[in-house]
Amino acid sequence: MSVIARIAVQVFKESVRDKVLYNLVLFAVLLIAASYLIGQLTAGQDVKIIKDLGLAATQIFGLVIAVFIGIGLVSKEVERRSIYGLLAKPVRRHELILGKYAGLVLTLAVNVSVMAVALYAVLGYMSWVETEEFRRTWDASATDPAMLTAILLIFVQLMLLTAIALFFSTFSSPILSAVLTFGLFVVGHFNADLRNFERVVDSPVAASLARALYYALPNLAPFDVKAQVVHGHAVSLGYVAATSAYAAAYICALLLAAILIFSRRDFK
Amino acid sequence: MARYAIRLTELTKDYPTGFWRPRPVRALDQVTLDVESGEVLGYLGPNGAGKTTTLKLLMQLIYPTSGRAEILGRPAGDIEAKRRLGYLPELPYFYDNLTAEELLVYFGGLFGLAPAVARTRASTLLDRVGIGAERRRRLRRYSKGMLQRVGIAQALVNDPEVVFLDEPMSGLDPVGRRDMRELIQSLRGEGRTVFFSSHILSDAEALCTRVAILVKGRLVSTGRLADLAFEVQGWELVVSGGERGELAGRGLDAVTTTVSDGRHIIELPFDRPPDQVLPELSRLRFQVVSLIPRHESLEDYFMRLVASRQEPAA
Repeated sequence: MSVIARIAVQVFKESVRDKVLYNLVLFAVLLIAASYLIGQLTAGQDVKIIKDLGLAATQIFGLVIAVFIGIGLVSKEVERRSIYGLLAKPVRRHELILGKYAGLVLTLAVNVSVMAVALYAVLGYMSWVETEEFRRTWDASATDPAMLTAILLIFVQLMLLTAIALFFSTFSSPILSAVLTFGLFVVGHFNADLRNFERVVDSPVAASLARALYYALPNLAPFDVKAQVVHGHAVSLGYVAATSAYAAAYICALLLAAILIFSRRDFK
Repeated sequence: MARYAIRLTELTKDYPTGFWRPRPVRALDQVTLDVESGEVLGYLGPNGAGKTTTLKLLMQLIYPTSGRAEILGRPAGDIEAKRRLGYLPELPYFYDNLTAEELLVYFGGLFGLAPAVARTRASTLLDRVGIGAERRRRLRRYSKGMLQRVGIAQALVNDPEVVFLDEPMSGLDPVGRRDMRELIQSLRGEGRTVFFSSHILSDAEALCTRVAILVKGRLVSTGRLADLAFEVQGWELVVSGGERGELAGRGLDAVTTTVSDGRHIIELPFDRPPDQVLPELSRLRFQVVSLIPRHESLEDYFMRLVASRQEPAA
């Protein structure tokens, strides 16, 4: 097994034993289960509500896990000095960054899978207890496999956010890294507005700056296909591939930057 | 085998301080030092002298401003050199949610050990450092002393040729210190090179083949303990014959202890050298049994160096 794989497995082992992670996943699963009750309050819209709430819970709790574990991967290791023992081993600094990232992605994959299973279980139950006549009124079947597309894109988005958290944690404190990552998450969902900024401002400088920011900041809106999936609209494979390729390019750039910063850093 | 296990050549480290106009503060100043294979070197100095900075440079946790650090003929940070060294950081801290056994197996894996080999080695090492059944407990429940023991075990997981120990005695109780001393002695017996930093001089006195003394980032003294220029602080004069009462009139009674068979041990202070006293004693029919100069302890030597470094320039 390579050094990167060993570090990844250790990160996974360490993360899945973290009580905070257990609590987050448990809370997410409970929320998904509770969406069934909320669905009962909305006549005729119950399946949509459950899907919407379930996917939103997967995204938000995935984000919290990605940020809080992601920022801890490097900055906590530096803060608590456990990095001293690790870097004295035959480990190159880029291997450490890549191993940590891979470990967290593995952790997220398991967590997102648990949340997806919980969501499908609730929807499966819903489908089982409702009458055939009632089921026919739904836009898409309760256990519509197309939901997996939305979950996949949530996961890809979480991979990107993890890379952002890891990037910040290579040079800033855990709290600052968390704030910056959450900030980019919010900005990333409204990024498209920056593209059209020139239509609302006269200043060419401001318009150019907005356009530059549009290209530099992550654009997270395309990863959100909840609405289409919930209403039974198809999401093409080409769209998923293009969005994933965008994420992959952004992740590579972030990891490269993280490695460059981390490789030059002094651990005082 | 390389003659020198460790070579530092004019090793210098500056840290920038201040936000708007950063100014460098020199933590380590042109330190040149060779450590031969099989040596146990005590790297001594008060807090803030630059001991940990040197060790971090050797582990490439920080980069030098100038100069070079080599381990086993390779530059510090080289992967091949890292395969052959062990390092105990100061006040070590590891992963809360792993057990001691898992930590050692993980670190063993980073050296390319197969899981079964790493597990056997982990078990042997944990026995060696005195971690018993608690090895299956998560590290978050370990005391400082237990973490120090685990720290030593992880430093030896790859059967290293060179072992770096940063303040290995800190956080240990008297039993722990004794165990650590025995362990370092056994490492020496196994022919490993040991480089350990400490401000506890009595430990260095008992363990080191050589010491290097660092004050304010500069290496002020290196050498075998026996060769260091210890100041003579007085003499121990053993005489026989004569009457002890005779000594009282010469102001020597207070510093004299009578042992047996009429022998007396006279502790002569520095301002009363033997040549002032010996003619008188001879006249009083005392015979000299032995005369041994009393040197300052390593601790006194160290404090004197620190004091001389801290004196402001006239």
